[in-house]
Amino acid sequence: MKKSGKSGALSYIKVVAAVLIIWQLFAMALNIAFIPSPIEVLSNICEKFISKIAVHTLLSLWRIFAGVIASILVGVPLGLCMGYFPEWNKRLSPLLYFTYPIPKIALLPLVMLIFGLGEFSKIFMIMLIVVFQIVVSMRDTVRSIPKDTFYSMISLGARRWAIFRMVVIPASLPTLFSSIRVSLGTALSVLFFTETFGTQYGLGYFIMDSWMRVNYADMFSGILILGMMGLLLFGFVDIFERIVCRWKTSE
Amino acid sequence: MIDVRGLSVTYKTDKGNYPAVQGFDLHMEKGDICALIGPSGCGKSTVLYVLSGIITDYQGKALIGGKPVDPKKQSIGLIPQGYGLLDWANVYKNATLGRHVKQLGVKEPYIEHILTKLGLDTLKTKFPRQLSGGQQQRVSIARSFIMQPDILLMDEPFSALDAITREEIQDLFLSVWNEFSTSTLFVTHSIEEAVYLGRKIAIMSPSPGRILKEIENPLFGRSNLRLSDAFYSFVVEIREMVKEVWA
Repeated sequence: MKKSGKSGALSYIKVVAAVLIIWQLFAMALNIAFIPSPIEVLSNICEKFISKIAVHTLLSLWRIFAGVIASILVGVPLGLCMGYFPEWNKRLSPLLYFTYPIPKIALLPLVMLIFGLGEFSKIFMIMLIVVFQIVVSMRDTVRSIPKDTFYSMISLGARRWAIFRMVVIPASLPTLFSSIRVSLGTALSVLFFTETFGTQYGLGYFIMDSWMRVNYADMFSGILILGMMGLLLFGFVDIFERIVCRWKTSE
Repeated sequence: MIDVRGLSVTYKTDKGNYPAVQGFDLHMEKGDICALIGPSGCGKSTVLYVLSGIITDYQGKALIGGKPVDPKKQSIGLIPQGYGLLDWANVYKNATLGRHVKQLGVKEPYIEHILTKLGLDTLKTKFPRQLSGGQQQRVSIARSFIMQPDILLMDEPFSALDAITREEIQDLFLSVWNEFSTSTLFVTHSIEEAVYLGRKIAIMSPSPGRILKEIENPLFGRSNLRLSDAFYSFVVEIREMVKEVWA
């Protein structure tokens, strides 16, 4: 059943509230220093967000955004072409199947040696991991478009590019949004890992640094913000999908 | 209008070559409507795919208006089994897709006329997934007539519909067809449908398909045809004929 924006937002708030309540009970029951209560963490966020945490949050957000956008820019055209042109698929599939299972995170030291410790290597790492999911899902989506749709277009005299523009691209949009959702989850995990190397900014660095300094309130603040960031990004993707793929959600 | 001579199509499969159609001949005059019936897998759809420019690797001649099939130069309406609608386009955009692709320009009163005649005028902003099977079929028919095709090809167009909706859509189709008399070739499994809609009925052989018999339908164009005894007698007659030629 389709949810209105208001009831959808309400259910998000309810879930977050439920998690915080469980966390509070858990912290009260255990009563140990390394699990601070959510009240303590939230007040820590309010106190330090502008002065200390915001810069880490913004940099992490930028890295995720840049990494996912780069993955889309590379993965979507490549996946669509592999799905639409059999010769592309024939030539590139073996390469895709060979490189996809390689744990790309193991290449982080190499990537840092080649591109340095700066921003680019972190964004490149996110892109390198996420792009494969996008390529495979886009390719498979194009291949699953009903043949009748193509037949109608061919019989109408549509040229290849027109079919690509009028059928392949719109048909793949819902999958693109699903891929972005999956990619965001992966990107957040990769981000955390990459930010523990060669930087002093980013939520990954902030969480690890707080842990080293035995500052559990800061550490949990970083974790909570990372979760909230994911929630907002997923929500944003859902809203954008509802606007772009109105045909899919209309009743 | 449609002239097919010695058409042969062979599909290349992993198990070798599979001749789908061999020595297929069919001639249709302008304004004709012909039903193609034949057993499953005899190549009925293959013939439509050749005439709609989807299959280009064939032997023999396939001419529309005396010229080889070329959907970029000719106006060909195809109604595939699955209707071929774009899920992301609303009824109006789907119905006018042919004119859009062929850059024929908008002919609003004509478009409105077809949409109204097919009962789609109130559904213009709906998307295909919001429509019933019968409504989707009507959009597919509207798309074909709105582009004013030289020929219309239909691949088992009513097979997915329930009996009542099927009859309703067949009547709607006939009422639009009678207005424009577009040269039409349609594939069907139903002898009743062939007798109800076809001026000519062509019976194909089992695979590799070719025409075994062509029959002129003396009942074509009669009003209240479905209710007449003559209709059922002719259906039985064709059924016997089919059994005989397939034996």
